[in-house]
Formats: sequence, structure tokens, C-alpha cells
Amino acid sequence: MDKHQAEQGALQGRRKALKGLIGLPFIGGIAAGAYAEVRKKQQEKDQILRELNIEAERPEIASDMSGEPVRIGIVGNGGRGQHLVRVLGFATPAWVQAMQEKGNTGALEAYQNQENLNVKLTGVCDVFEVNAELAQSASPDCKRYRHYEELINSPDIDALVIATPDHWHAPVAIAALQAGKHVYVEKPMTHKIAETYALREAARNSKAIFQVGHQHRQTQSFITAQDIIRKRVLGHVSLVQASTNRNSDNGAWQYHIHEKASPQTIDWDLFLGNAPSIPFNKEHFFRWRKWWAYGSGLSGDLMTHDFDRVNCILNMGMPRFVTASGGIYTHRDGRDVPDVFQAVMEYPDFTTGSSREAGLEKGMTFVYSATLGNQHWRETLLMGHDGTLELGNQLRVHADPNSTRYRHLIESGVMDPSVPIYAYDPASGNADGVTSATSKYFAQKGLLWTYRGGKRVDSAMLHIREWLGAIRNGTPVSCGIEEGFEEAMSAHMVGLSWKLGRRMEWDAGAEQIIALPGEDLDAMLVAPGRVIAGMMG
Amino acid sequence: MSYSKPQLFFLTALRLLAGWHFLFEGFIKLLTPGWTAKGYLLSAQGPLAPLFQWLGNDALIGVSDTLTAVALSTAGLTLILGIWEKAGAYIGIAMLTFFYLAHPSWPGIPAAGPSEGNYFIVNKNLVELAALGVLAYFPTGHLLGLGVFFNPKNQVQHG
Repeated sequence: MDKHQAEQGALQGRRKALKGLIGLPFIGGIAAGAYAEVRKKQQEKDQILRELNIEAERPEIASDMSGEPVRIGIVGNGGRGQHLVRVLGFATPAWVQAMQEKGNTGALEAYQNQENLNVKLTGVCDVFEVNAELAQSASPDCKRYRHYEELINSPDIDALVIATPDHWHAPVAIAALQAGKHVYVEKPMTHKIAETYALREAARNSKAIFQVGHQHRQTQSFITAQDIIRKRVLGHVSLVQASTNRNSDNGAWQYHIHEKASPQTIDWDLFLGNAPSIPFNKEHFFRWRKWWAYGSGLSGDLMTHDFDRVNCILNMGMPRFVTASGGIYTHRDGRDVPDVFQAVMEYPDFTTGSSREAGLEKGMTFVYSATLGNQHWRETLLMGHDGTLELGNQLRVHADPNSTRYRHLIESGVMDPSVPIYAYDPASGNADGVTSATSKYFAQKGLLWTYRGGKRVDSAMLHIREWLGAIRNGTPVSCGIEEGFEEAMSAHMVGLSWKLGRRMEWDAGAEQIIALPGEDLDAMLVAPGRVIAGMMG
Repeated sequence: MSYSKPQLFFLTALRLLAGWHFLFEGFIKLLTPGWTAKGYLLSAQGPLAPLFQWLGNDALIGVSDTLTAVALSTAGLTLILGIWEKAGAYIGIAMLTFFYLAHPSWPGIPAAGPSEGNYFIVNKNLVELAALGVLAYFPTGHLLGLGVFFNPKNQVQHG
């Protein structure tokens, strides 16, 4: 091989190497680019999460369900009662068959996979024969009691689940607590003002465990939200808005009237209880939520959900002033409760903490807005100087562009007020510091639901489990008498404001709603429709 | 296979660009802690939605995530390096078929997320899928890529 050939060969070798390795620099560039991109995002995320320091998941209080089964009686086995009985582990054969016929395997699987709460369903009291028989078909141990007092006094009953119409909540709960029986009562805790005090007395004086059925207190995202407030992520919250939006007959309490309903199958006098005496009326029986005599309208029936949802996060307690408005605008069908309803609750002394100079920020308004004539989704928002919390099954926190606390992070580009600075999805168990438009979109679609330990669970089951845990092991309940008192009393204030057409005030020292001389607020609260002159009905 | 200079230039450019796209997507997924395709799979639309939702279930999501990131990176590496590019192109085609079918741009099916363009049946996944088909049958790795070292023609020249 001469020198020329050798040079040619070397040149060819180099060219071959260049051609062969053409991709290598790209790989280096891509790897460096990807690493830098991921690292930058991670650093921003870490910086935000460090700053916010939110504890996404509280360790579970594992209350043991072993031991003797708790013997439960259900009082009021209607729609809600049947759901709670299923949660206890007693689905009726009729329900199982209906789910099979509908092909609703998800509901069946969820029921079959439910934790065994180690309870017996030993009693039912329902004034409608069909509902009582349904409970008996779900449990062979279930005895029917004609009167709730017989059930309470039975030696076979340790605890009561009360899912009657609202006007029966307090009388049954008080009698049960006085007899030392544990009580789980549906919301609203009471129907009237006087019985709210009486029930509080009964619960305070009883060793039995009392829980109000606001099952959302078990929702993981709400527990996370409590930490968001504790860590002052939102700064001073000056406005809360929550809403109900429904647009269906069922949503407007136009429930099905059972074909077997008759004076022979319904104990009408017992249903009426302390309500005004009227002749047998199927519509009043099945659609009791439409009348103040038995129900509590939007304030007691649905606002209480939102009130307690926010109260379990902010712990703001009773409002000082309340105004309400609305009317019967979408279902003029003879009901006397409003179907479009707005309530404004004022908390002039409340604060969630401030990032600004001392004394500048204090006071909050809670606006509840409801319609039964439109179901457009409206977010529940907690609006603070430093951030806004969108509260649902998922949580999203947006930094406010004018936040004091996050000013340096926003100015340096680490925080972008247009995307959430914190998103929590209980399904994944992961908290996310910076989320993209796409992940925000996925979260909004509600794909990622409420779970415990990665498992989908009914929050009513968790809430009842918590109550049973308290009965068995003395662990705390999250919606006891004090929380129930605030829920019920604020609902009564709001209902009264609508009825009387004026601002109601809470006297925190005397713990009472201020009445004008001679006014019987309870009589006004349960009277049909409005009681302002010229606005009856 | 031999090409004119412009043919070789554009085919190689296409190979490198597609490879770049795949490799970057793969690397980002491999490097991001906690990255998951769960939301994407669970929100799948169209006739094969149940299949994708099954791939996104809790038992399978770990496997789905790993396979996605590794497949994307492998396709990207082969295309950029210019070796086994036919196999790489087919892996890419398989992935793009999945992506296309999980959120098909068909009339009446909602988009997977905010989109930068407007699509009717054809979207960028489908275009890239066809481009990978071209790369599978018009290879350039033996001329510009690691394939050069295994090209018998080159061996003869240098032998």
C-alpha cells in the first residue's frame, strides 16, 4: 500500500465514521434538553411545594371493627335510609336484582367489595309498610317496630340510624340519646330552633355517640383542604361561594309516589308528628321536602351540605348576620319552599390569617346560591388574597396575580397564576405542584375520584365507620353535636331571613337568633311559605 | 438502495426529525418522576376506549407507563442512530396507532385536550405514522447512520 492509498483509506475511514455517527450529537442534545427540561420543572415544583408545605394525606385513624357486632335499628327506611342500610352491608334482594337488570355492575361490585363493618340490622321503624318490609328483606334479624320509642327501648338495639323527614330528626334523636342509644342522624340535624338546643343538651348529657350524616367530612380532598387553610396557602379568605344547581324532577324533590301508598299502609298520624294535622296526603308523604312543615327547603336540605363542607375546612362557625332571598320560580306546583334561593352569611370577625400588614384584613362573606331550574356546574370557591381554592373531589389552588405571599415567585416566573400551583387528586395520591393545561383538563373531567388507599369507597360508609369506631373504641367523630348545632342553627337563620324578609342576627354571647319582641321564630320557621305581610306563599 | 443527493438529504432529515420527536418524548417520560399515562388512557374516546381504559387500570398502569416510555425511546434511538430503523419505525407506527385510536380525530368525538390546530379525521399522529412508513421502506441508515458500519458495500470498498 503506497502513501497515497493510505491517505485515501484514512480519509475514507474518517468519512465513514462521520457518516456512521451522524446521529450521536443529536442524542447528546436531546438527552441534555430532556434532562434540563425535567429538572427545571421539578425544581419549580419542589420550590412551590416547599413554599406551600401542604400535607396531602392525613394518616388514617384505623378504628378496629372487631368484637361484638353493633346492633342497629333504622328509623326511616326511605330512599336515603335504604342507602345507609346498604352501606351497613344490607342490600335488599330487590336492589340487587334492579342493579343486575340495569347492568350496573359497578354499583354491585362496590357493594360486594365493601368492608364488613361487623354490624347487625336488628330493627326498623318506618310508618310506610313497604319500606319497613324492605329493611326486613335485607336482614333476617330485622324486627319491625311500629313506634320509634319501642325500637329505642328494645334490648336488641344498640344504635340508631335516623333518616326520617326533617321534622322527626330531633324528637327521635333526643329520645334515643336519653335512653343511651348511639345516634347517626341525617342532615339537617334539626327542623326547629328550640329542638336544636334540646338535642345539644341531650347529646352533651349522654354517653352515647352522636354523629350528623355529613359524609363529605370523610372526603379526602376536604381533609387536604383543611391543611391548605392551616398552612395559610390562600391568605385571608374574604369570600366563599358555593351553589346547588339542579334541573330535574328528582332534583326538585318530585319523588315517585308508591302505588301501594294508602291510609292502610301508612301510619299517617305518626308521620305527621308535630306537623300541622291535615288529612292523608300521598304527595306530602313522599314529597315532604317541598313543605316547611316537614322539610327545610333549600336552606336546610341542600345549603347545609355546603355550609358544613366549608365549616369542616374553615371552622368558621355561626354567621353573625344572614340575609336570604329567592322564591318559587321553577316549580309552581303547590310547594311552599323556594326553588331559587340565595343566602349571604356574614362573618365580620373571621380570618384565615393574613400575609399583609396587621389589621388590614378581617371578615368574610359566605354566599350560597341555588336554583332547581338549571344544572350548569358552578365551582365552590374559597377566595383569599394570596390564592383561590376550587373545592371538589379534586382540589386546585391558583395563586392570585396580586398575592403578597407569592409575589417573588410570580415575578421570578416560578408560579404562573394562570395554571394551578397545587392540584390534588385523591385517586392518585399524588400532589402536583405545577400542572399543565392538559392535566387540568383531565382533572376537570372528573376522571380521578375519591379513594382511600387507592380504593374507591363510599364516603357515607366511611362516615358510618367513623361513628362505629367511636362506639367501639372511643375514637373521635368528625361531625358531632357542636358541628351539627352550627349547621342546623345557621340553616334556621337563613330560612328565617327568607321567610321574614329581613336580615337575621346571631347573638354569640347568648347563643341565640335575635328575635323582635313577641316573635315566635320557631312558629314562623315552620309556617307555610313566607310570613311577611303581602308575601304569603 | 441508492438515492439522489436531495432524496438522501430529505429522507435523512425526516428520519432525524421523527427520531428526535420520539426520543425526546420518551426521555421526558423516563426522567419525570411520577409520570403516568393514566389520565390519557382513562379519558380515551372512540370504539377502543374500553381497551385503553383497561390498560390504564391500577393493576396494569405501571406496565403501560414503562412500555410507553421505553417504546418511544427505542423508536427514537433507532431512527436517530440509523440502525434497525425498520424495526424502530414499526414500533413508532404501533405507538402512533395507539395514540390515534385512543383519541381519534373523528367527527363527534371530543378532543383529548386543548389543541393547537383543527383536525378532521387526519391529525398529526396520522401524518407522522405515514412518514414512519416511508422511513421503513426508504432506509438511510446504511448511508448516513450506524448502518454504515454494517453496509457490505462499504465493507467491499474498504476491504
